[in-house]
Amino acid sequence: MNGSEILLECLKREGVEVIFGYPGGSVLPLFDKLYESDIRFILTRHEQGAAHAADGYARATGKVGVCIATSGPGATNLVTGIATAHMDSIPMIAITGQVKTFLIGNDAFQEADLTGITRSITKHNYLVKDTKELASTIREAFHIASTGRPGPVLIDIPVDVQIGESDFIWPEEVNMRSYQPTFFGHPGQIKKAARLISKAKKPVIYAGGGIIISGASHELKTFTEKLKAPLTWTLMGIGAFPSDHELSLGMLGMHGTAYANHAIMESDLIIAVGARFDDRVTGKIDEFAPHAKIIHIDIDPASISKNVKVDIPIVGDAKNILGQLIEEIKTPPKTLEWFKSIEAWKNKHPMTYKDSSKIKPQYVIEQIYEATNGEAIIATEVGQNQMWAAQWYNYKYPRTYISSGGLGTMGYGFPAAMGAKVGCPDKEVIDIAGDGSIQMNIQELATCVCNKINVKIAILNNGYLGMVRQWQELFYKKRYSHTCISHPDFVKLAESFGAVGILVEKKEDVRPAIEKSLKTDNTVLIDFRIDPEENVFPMVPAGQAINRMIGGMA
Amino acid sequence: MKHTISALVENKFGVLARISGLFSARGFNIDSLAVGVTEDPQVSRMTIVVNTKDERILEQIKKQLNKLIDVITVIDLTKREFIGRELVLFKVSLDKIKKTNLAKLIKRVEGKIIKTTSKEAIVELSAEQDDIKELFNKLKDAGVKELTRTGRIAISIN
Repeated sequence: MNGSEILLECLKREGVEVIFGYPGGSVLPLFDKLYESDIRFILTRHEQGAAHAADGYARATGKVGVCIATSGPGATNLVTGIATAHMDSIPMIAITGQVKTFLIGNDAFQEADLTGITRSITKHNYLVKDTKELASTIREAFHIASTGRPGPVLIDIPVDVQIGESDFIWPEEVNMRSYQPTFFGHPGQIKKAARLISKAKKPVIYAGGGIIISGASHELKTFTEKLKAPLTWTLMGIGAFPSDHELSLGMLGMHGTAYANHAIMESDLIIAVGARFDDRVTGKIDEFAPHAKIIHIDIDPASISKNVKVDIPIVGDAKNILGQLIEEIKTPPKTLEWFKSIEAWKNKHPMTYKDSSKIKPQYVIEQIYEATNGEAIIATEVGQNQMWAAQWYNYKYPRTYISSGGLGTMGYGFPAAMGAKVGCPDKEVIDIAGDGSIQMNIQELATCVCNKINVKIAILNNGYLGMVRQWQELFYKKRYSHTCISHPDFVKLAESFGAVGILVEKKEDVRPAIEKSLKTDNTVLIDFRIDPEENVFPMVPAGQAINRMIGGMA
Repeated sequence: MKHTISALVENKFGVLARISGLFSARGFNIDSLAVGVTEDPQVSRMTIVVNTKDERILEQIKKQLNKLIDVITVIDLTKREFIGRELVLFKVSLDKIKKTNLAKLIKRVEGKIIKTTSKEAIVELSAEQDDIKELFNKLKDAGVKELTRTGRIAISIN
């Protein structure tokens, strides 16, 4: 078999059903074999779209997303998508063409040192120099991408390696002496943690994206209910725990609920599961949770004690460790008093916004929630749209909020929604966008229409780069430097791609437009003209303690 | 405080770049780094000396190194008994110092003159860092024209 056939056979054996990508000179041999392959290939209109689509597919399905690009510019166009996946621990394989092995280092046409460029934004990467090494490399790459703390792995394959002949030898097992993730929690640590939990008076469970990756939602619910402890989640942890659960505090951090932030600051024990104490969560680190001991459960030892000092670290898979803790804890903590404080905060600082006759973005999200019964997959861009989508839609299930958390990549949401829809064709997939970020990867409308990937796009159009404008309003004396942004006629634009465009300028038209889009068997873009200077509240100014919130506190 | 970290890594191309890239990307400072193949040709040993007072940074350095796929083990030798050595070559001018005096000077630290010309001598010293510093201070007045050093390599006792 030649290298390209080996590659496709390996992908098939790894269970790959779909590849997102874009052809080019250095992947011609591979595309020639792809022509007759039964793996579905989706031709995006930009390589960045392919990377985000593979990422969105992975987030929605839990499977490994795969994207392909040619060498040089094709490959560098994947970079933002790879970095996005890396920050959020998303299993992804990026396959790039490379110039012929004997040309490497010669500044050949469309040559770029992709293993060099992506070293710090991949979990691992490979330059395959011999066709004989292809099968074992791909096997290893999928193993690394999908186990432990997942992440993107890039495989750079020179043209001559794609053409070269070799026997196909499929390694049944992967055994790497240098890569052995820990899956079960150390029993001694579990005992210590259980003792600490039983004694706690003001425990808070702080759940992150690790719950979703590990598939530990069920265990998290059992654990939380056994402890009768309040639970807060991160942006990446949205959907890990049902929003409407009585023990839920909603999201914490910069745009979290006041009661989640107050609970953290007053807590005497924080149980962090699959979360990493990101600066958007902790605020001013020296003042974070001053009274709390911290139990930190994470599969990545390097995440533990990186930002905050941890009292009991437990390395391993969240699902296993929560299971171990559920068994180990005999006496749950007494939290009755603690809930009195929490109820008081909830009553004093509920999540709220001032509705008006103008279209409020929060109202749009609520209407989307009602129209979809909370059953849709919501993808977001980055900025205000992302925060409103996090705050005002009640997520019930894991893998239903798809958003670039760590890197904060504008232009992510739409191609990610496309990937999610390919992975979950029976689900409604809605990209909640801003008028700024939607313009960054708008070309993927062509991909959606052409492949009948019926994604719905809800643009919260305020004519601004809203989140940056909000910061300028609050911290830069309303000097709106380059944040007032023009946009095309979105309706005409959608129509020119063969999609459907709807303009909504009146509040009473919001719900009908959503209903219409859900009934339309096509990609639909809705341009909601929202109140232009609406802000995301509550908000913790950067670098402040998280109980020093401003706005939206009723 | 200086910490000597010994890492066993897969002997593959790009490993050094992964490690140096990790240090620069995360803002850790390297005092010295020495690499060489071990008794197993598929494995290299890297001896990395880092200077930090912050235990948390040291902990992160070890964890982040361990996280790299090609890194097999990471040991902080500072917490154990170990022998550390560094090789230095000095090019010393013979204008101000006679060869015989130079020989006496370096004998105390078990250095060697390995090459002389009419104008200069090349001195070799394999020693711990304190001895190297001491010899350098003594040779400074005579005139050290060039100096090159390998960085520390280390091996644990037991």
